[in-house]
Amino acid sequence: MTIATTATDLLRRHPSVLIGAAILCAIMVITAFAPWIATHDPMAIDPMVRLRGFSASHWLGTDALGRDVWSRAVYGGRVSLAVGLAVALFATSIGLAVGLVSGFNRVADAILMRVMDGLMAIPAILLAIALMAVARASVTTVIFAITVVEVPRVARLVRSVVLSIREQAYVEAATVVGSRFWRMLWRHVLPNTLAPVTVQATYICAAAILIESLLSFLGAGTPPEVPSWGNIMAEGRTYFQISPWLILAPGLFLATTVLAVNLMGDGLRDMLDPSIARRM
Amino acid sequence: MFSFIARRLLATIPVLGVVALVVFGILHLSPGDPAALIAGDHATPQQVAAMRSKLGLDQPLWEQFGAWIWSVLHGELGISIFSNQPVTRLIGQRLEPTIALTITTTIVTVLLAVPIGVIAAWRAGTWIDRSVMSFAVLGFSFPVFVVGYLLIYVVSMTLGWLPIQGYRNLGDGFGPFLIHLVLPSLALGISFMALIARITRTSVLEVLNQDYIRTARSKGLAMWQVLLYHALPNAAVPIVTVIGVGIAVLIGGVVVTESVFAIPGLGRLVVDSILSRDYPVIQGVLLIFAGVYVGINLLIDLLYVALDPRIRY
Repeated sequence: MTIATTATDLLRRHPSVLIGAAILCAIMVITAFAPWIATHDPMAIDPMVRLRGFSASHWLGTDALGRDVWSRAVYGGRVSLAVGLAVALFATSIGLAVGLVSGFNRVADAILMRVMDGLMAIPAILLAIALMAVARASVTTVIFAITVVEVPRVARLVRSVVLSIREQAYVEAATVVGSRFWRMLWRHVLPNTLAPVTVQATYICAAAILIESLLSFLGAGTPPEVPSWGNIMAEGRTYFQISPWLILAPGLFLATTVLAVNLMGDGLRDMLDPSIARRM
Repeated sequence: MFSFIARRLLATIPVLGVVALVVFGILHLSPGDPAALIAGDHATPQQVAAMRSKLGLDQPLWEQFGAWIWSVLHGELGISIFSNQPVTRLIGQRLEPTIALTITTTIVTVLLAVPIGVIAAWRAGTWIDRSVMSFAVLGFSFPVFVVGYLLIYVVSMTLGWLPIQGYRNLGDGFGPFLIHLVLPSLALGISFMALIARITRTSVLEVLNQDYIRTARSKGLAMWQVLLYHALPNAAVPIVTVIGVGIAVLIGGVVVTESVFAIPGLGRLVVDSILSRDYPVIQGVLLIFAGVYVGINLLIDLLYVALDPRIRY
């Protein structure tokens, strides 16, 4: 069987990866081509049409400043997706490094894991808010804050994989016959971390998108002038009882995106680790 | 058994130490001068210097940390910069709503999610099972505040069944107190329910394959008896673990839920403090939340021994 047919066969048996990927692709295309898909300038203020409902010219109505909600939601996806992907990338690379070091070095392990435990003892959202409290609000600091929150989860996972791989007879055999450390790392340890870390990366991406919107919603995230989903919802709070769609529209965009990423994560997990798939 | 409890208690000390370092470090290692931030944009250099010595920021870092830890150990969390009140008093005033919300959410969640998970496991592979699992994926993906506003929109604004926002003290009567907690508990509990329903299904499913379940069935017990007395107790350990993990997630969700439903609890306090950069309050609330989290994990580890006699330390 060629690799291509194996891949299509796997996808057929795990349709949630396909569904998730399809939704995510659609959202990525919409946000990437935002200037063409948005019907208005997301920043353009029009005091004559404040807080309007759905109409042909404003598909999802307008906000308190007369800005077009559909256009703002389309542009808002850019921030969410950028934060999600950036955090997934940074958190997994740093977490991989920390996990490898503590998996191989006992002294470093003792120190690093205590730090990771301490970081994980503070609820994720609170730690992120606290980090944002001392930093200047920008997309970069949001990415930094959420990365700090997510690194321990990857580090713990990688460490446990390293420890279990080192116990394996074939790795011990390789060490005994004089295989170099770096060769063992490259040939045996890293390939085994690949599957769980990939799955973890998708979950981190979903979590990062959620936390970014929560931070912005609470007023401690991306600067208010950037139209992110959380910011649009935060501005809509005052007018929720007059026009609920100010919050519900970006909220549904957000939920759909997170759902798509989670579906991909679940599907990938089942695909890459059949032993878990049977249990879940 | 006793030595296990003692060792487990000792193991929490380094974790709490790191938490204290992190909470302290967030303020003191941040770029920028906290004294200048607190003094405000229009402060003169003299005012900034006065603020710095008032906060003890002119002392060496390790001395500040020592002094801070010493007062924390004595139950002193400092004075709020914004309201000039002791942080412990501010926290005390906000404790009731948060505790009430957490408890009602946990009760509602466990009462709904465990039976749902058991039924899904019993009817594994059917449409019941599939809809429970779909709900679980949906529950994970819908953020607390989106669920909260959806509930307010449908239940309060459209149907008019429940109050939109707000909180009533338990002292003002049990009815109003409970009515104001229904929607917040449901919103906060949704991802928690998804988590618990899913893990209950998985672990009950695993137990249902065991020989003693077949024995129980063949000696003539009804299915509900088998599920309740034989399957569920043996599946309890992973469920309890996840309930513990879930409470940690819940603590984070409380912050958001309180903002959505205008509940004057600890979550609201920490958000307000961050917006006004009231560092002593932020530190105090973070410490409390982290302490509760560590405490719950400790409790769960101890519960294992009670729930599963096979586990010996």
